[in-house]
Formats: sequence, structure tokens, C-alpha cells
Amino acid sequence: MPRVKVARKSTAIDMTAMCDVAFLLLTFFILTAKPKVEDPSKAEVPASSKEVTIPEDNVLMISIGQQNKIFLSFSGNDVRTETLKAMGEKYNVPFTPAEINKFANTEIFGVPMNQMKQFLSLPSGELKSFDQKGIPADTTNNSELSNWILNARKADRGLHGKDYNIAIKGDRNEKYPAVSTVINILGQQKLFKFDLITTLRAAPKK
Amino acid sequence: MAELDTSGGGKHKGGKVRSKKASTRVDLTAMVDLAFLLITFFMLTTTLNKPKAMNLAMPDNSIKTSQLPVPESRTMTILLGSHNKVAWFMGEPGKTAPTVDSYGPNGLRKALIENGKAVAASHPGPDGYMIVVIKPSESSTYENLVSALDEMSITAIKSYAIVKILPVELDALKSQNLL
Repeated sequence: MPRVKVARKSTAIDMTAMCDVAFLLLTFFILTAKPKVEDPSKAEVPASSKEVTIPEDNVLMISIGQQNKIFLSFSGNDVRTETLKAMGEKYNVPFTPAEINKFANTEIFGVPMNQMKQFLSLPSGELKSFDQKGIPADTTNNSELSNWILNARKADRGLHGKDYNIAIKGDRNEKYPAVSTVINILGQQKLFKFDLITTLRAAPKK
Repeated sequence: MAELDTSGGGKHKGGKVRSKKASTRVDLTAMVDLAFLLITFFMLTTTLNKPKAMNLAMPDNSIKTSQLPVPESRTMTILLGSHNKVAWFMGEPGKTAPTVDSYGPNGLRKALIENGKAVAASHPGPDGYMIVVIKPSESSTYENLVSALDEMSITAIKSYAIVKILPVELDALKSQNLL
């Protein structure tokens, strides 16, 4: 009796299609990926049940980090350039084009004006380890934070014709007076609507 | 004279040298491995959850318009103290002793819902809703403020405001050991 022979199939599979798909996905993820900005304020945001997403761009964010340090970040490299120039004039600190360029590429900062030159003279790799003291702020109308916000808004209005969305990102264990100071500064500039950045907590059961 | 080719291929002199035809198939397994490795990396590093926010609107202090008188019986004042505790009272400060509560479903939220119902029952009409005044003290944290505002939205309080704390209320907090 003849034996039934099982046809031996090659174990090699055509990988071309799989490779195509894999690279397509890879391209997508590379293009949509945004480098995560290191947050020097180390603010740990509190949780809330709100699900409002803050807009992607055109945001001026004030971070109140640990030990009351205030950091500022606002979108737009061109706006940052203009703002630093205006701030340099205001505080009589002349900035070189290299320093302005460096500042334009700094996403978030928290240094007083008298340290700004020192901060900007550091090579990019050492910026992280620089001990940022936070932007000085008090409730008077002429604090550095107040001027930064004012100039940034002016620059944004001049360049893009838009108004910034204001967001406050606070550390959860920060005492209330620090938050109150920031809210007061915003109030003096007639900014009464802003977003408090929170993480999402599970919605409560009714 | 006619010659018969008896030798093996490619060995004879003068004949064409044929290169061996290589297969056009490339083993893509390694490439796929690499691609998926990178995909995994990018998927894990991208931040999928965008930051969430809650809106807050503060009143304009510069406009000194005549404000509508609000009956004290409709206001509930929440004092944010230390140790994640709140003290709340209805009506005017200093008249009734504040109730100390915690944040969360069984503390502040319950009090808000109960007081809201009581106010709505005793003040008929469309304007009979409860007004909540949030007064954070210096020893309360930012998280406390956010929690309190969150409770406002959960319990759907129509009207609330963050107001500066009064000395009387600070004394009340002090007497409850919350300062």
C-alpha cells in the first residue's frame, strides 16, 4: 500500500506585507510624536473629575512648582523672541542674538531677570541641571511675572492677533497664597478666565 | 568538426561564463522585528492623555457695580483649612459654629447636596438656589481648592465664588484647630 505523503511546505513566510504595515505605523508614530518637555517645576497636579481638554497651542501656562517656584511657558518661538527683547529693554539687560535664539527654543523657564543671562549662556545639556529659582512674583503691578505675562500677551497679539489661553498648573501640596498671588496678577491684567490643569479622576457615581 | 560538449558547465574554454541566478527574495524577518520594536517604543513614549483642565472664572474686582443683595440664609460658606479639612456654615459668619467635614463623597459633597435641598425647600421660586462662598485659608493647599471647585461642578452648584477669608472666619478655623 502506498504511503500518503504529506507535502512539505516551506516554512518561510512572505514578510513583505507585514514589513509594509510595520513601517507605515512607524512613520505615523514618528510624525505624531512630540518630544516631552521636561517640567523643571516638578509640579504634581491635583485630580479632578473635569474632562475639559486644554487647547494644544496658543497657551500661556504658569506653573507653580514645589517651594513656590513659579515657571512660565508660552507657545510660539517668535513670541518668545519678541517677549525676551521687550523684557530686556524693560530691565536694561541687553541680550545677544545667540541668547535670544536660545531663549526662543526654551519651552519652559523660571529664572529671575538678573540670572537670565547666566541661564542662557549655559550649553543646552546643562540647562536641566541649572537650579532655577523661579520667577519673582508678588501682588504689586510691577513684578517680574506680571511683566512677563504682559509682554508675552502683547507679543502674541502683535504677531498672531490672538489672545493666549491662560492655564495654571499648580503643585497639589502648594499652599493657597502662592496660587492667590498668581490669580491676583492675572486679575490686574483683566484676565478672569483661566484653566486649572488637573489630572483626570474617575467620575463620581451619582 | 563538430564537437560534443561533455564537460561540466562553465568549465570549457571560450564558452560563456554564466553567473548563478540568485533568488530575489530577501528575508525581511529581521527588518520587521526592528520596525515593531521601534513602533512599540514610539507608542509607549507618546503622551496619549492630554492634560485635562477645569475652567475657573474669577469676578472682576475693578468694576464696582451695585451687587444684588443676597439673603444670608441662602449662602453657604466653606472655609478651607489645614489637614485636608473644611469647615462650613450657613448664613452669616460668627453666628453659628461651623461644621468640620472632610472632602469627598461623604463629607463636603453630602453637605452640599443636603444644604442645597434645604435651601431650595425654604426658598421657593426660580431664584431659590444656594450660593456657595469658598474661602481658602493660608494653610489650605492648591489641591484643596481644586477639590472644592470640583465638588461645585459635581453637585451642580449654580453660583459660587472664591472670596478672601475674613478675620472672624479665621478665628473660627483656629478654634477648630484647622489653622
